[in-house]
Amino acid sequence: MNKDLYNYIIGIADNSLILGQRLGELCGHGPSLETDIAGTNISLDLFGQVRSYFQYAAQVSGDENATEDTLAFLRIEREYKNVLLVEQPNTDFAYTIVRQFYFDAFHLLFLKALETSKDETLAAIAKKSIKEVSYHWRFSSDWVRRLGDGTEESHTRVLEAVNELWMYTDELFHQTEADKAMIAQGIGVETLALKETYYKMIGDVLEEATLPIPESKYWHKGGKQGIHTEHMGYILSDMQYMQRTYPNMEW
Amino acid sequence: MISILEGVSDPEIPVLSIMDMGVVREAIEQDGIVRVKITPTYSGCPAMDVIGDDIVSAFAKAGKTAKIQLVLAPAWTTDWITPRGREALEKYGIAAPLSPEADKEALLGNKKIVKCTNCGSTETHLVSQFGSTACKALFKCDTCQEPFDYFKCLK
Repeated sequence: MNKDLYNYIIGIADNSLILGQRLGELCGHGPSLETDIAGTNISLDLFGQVRSYFQYAAQVSGDENATEDTLAFLRIEREYKNVLLVEQPNTDFAYTIVRQFYFDAFHLLFLKALETSKDETLAAIAKKSIKEVSYHWRFSSDWVRRLGDGTEESHTRVLEAVNELWMYTDELFHQTEADKAMIAQGIGVETLALKETYYKMIGDVLEEATLPIPESKYWHKGGKQGIHTEHMGYILSDMQYMQRTYPNMEW
Repeated sequence: MISILEGVSDPEIPVLSIMDMGVVREAIEQDGIVRVKITPTYSGCPAMDVIGDDIVSAFAKAGKTAKIQLVLAPAWTTDWITPRGREALEKYGIAAPLSPEADKEALLGNKKIVKCTNCGSTETHLVSQFGSTACKALFKCDTCQEPFDYFKCLK
């Protein structure tokens, strides 16, 4: 088994899995019908992408019993390698949108680079996903503008989310040992090269939204090493409940 | 083989055969087994599993065994919907996808170009970028007041 490749795929997939799960929590609880449907649609796109990644990871894992389902449902917390940003709670609509906004900008740039990966399967998944993620970015950046340049109330609340979630953005660009090995082989994405474009992309939208760009350089990290925030355990207990209670159940 | 595949339709859009939808990429009969390659419209589209099962049972009815393979590359685009498919969509009440540039203008609300499937007016506006399924956006006609789906351009 190619351990670096396996870990690399898991790292990418877990971001989409956990964010998809977070958005799924809002199903039927969105602030309006349209935003509710949008959230679940984005969640569905992410889960679709996750399935492709996990099927591939199961294949390269060398473990006969590994499937997309065991990877999604039967790992322990430390084995999930998603960034801390995506596990942050929905809190309110502003937080949900800003979390999405911070992630979508990265996701879009990341996939554009992954399209040229030497690994054909990853390149194919990227090509497919990028079309969907373009719509996610359009949705989240549009809402940041609307909330920021909206009422006094919406401005105050979205500004709070922009500032609170800011400290989780730097981790998006961190590289694990597996990431570095994959970059060296032309399979992985050199995330450091995306950083400038990323902050320009979100900075431009924030400016249009009349929101000041946060200046703090205090960053949180750990998710990529499997060290998560307190929220992660709650997400997993919800997500894994059925498989843990009724092992191998299907519907 | 083609007539069997044409008999299978998208479960979400029953008027549209999977052939007109452009999701069938290849079908080869070899050693008594039909191998069909299909490609998803959207990654998370729940219809794909159903389409796969429907193809298998359509071939089973014709006394053939079919095996499905899901292929991701090249990625599906709305350009693969045939002219007949576009017509079927419109008749069913779903506006067919525009060109990518026009699509962007329409979804950003810059231009009124999406035609109402009910009365044909272009006095329409976007209600939601995401509609009843991943592939559609929700529009409303300002002339006849009817809401309708628009099939988003994917390219």
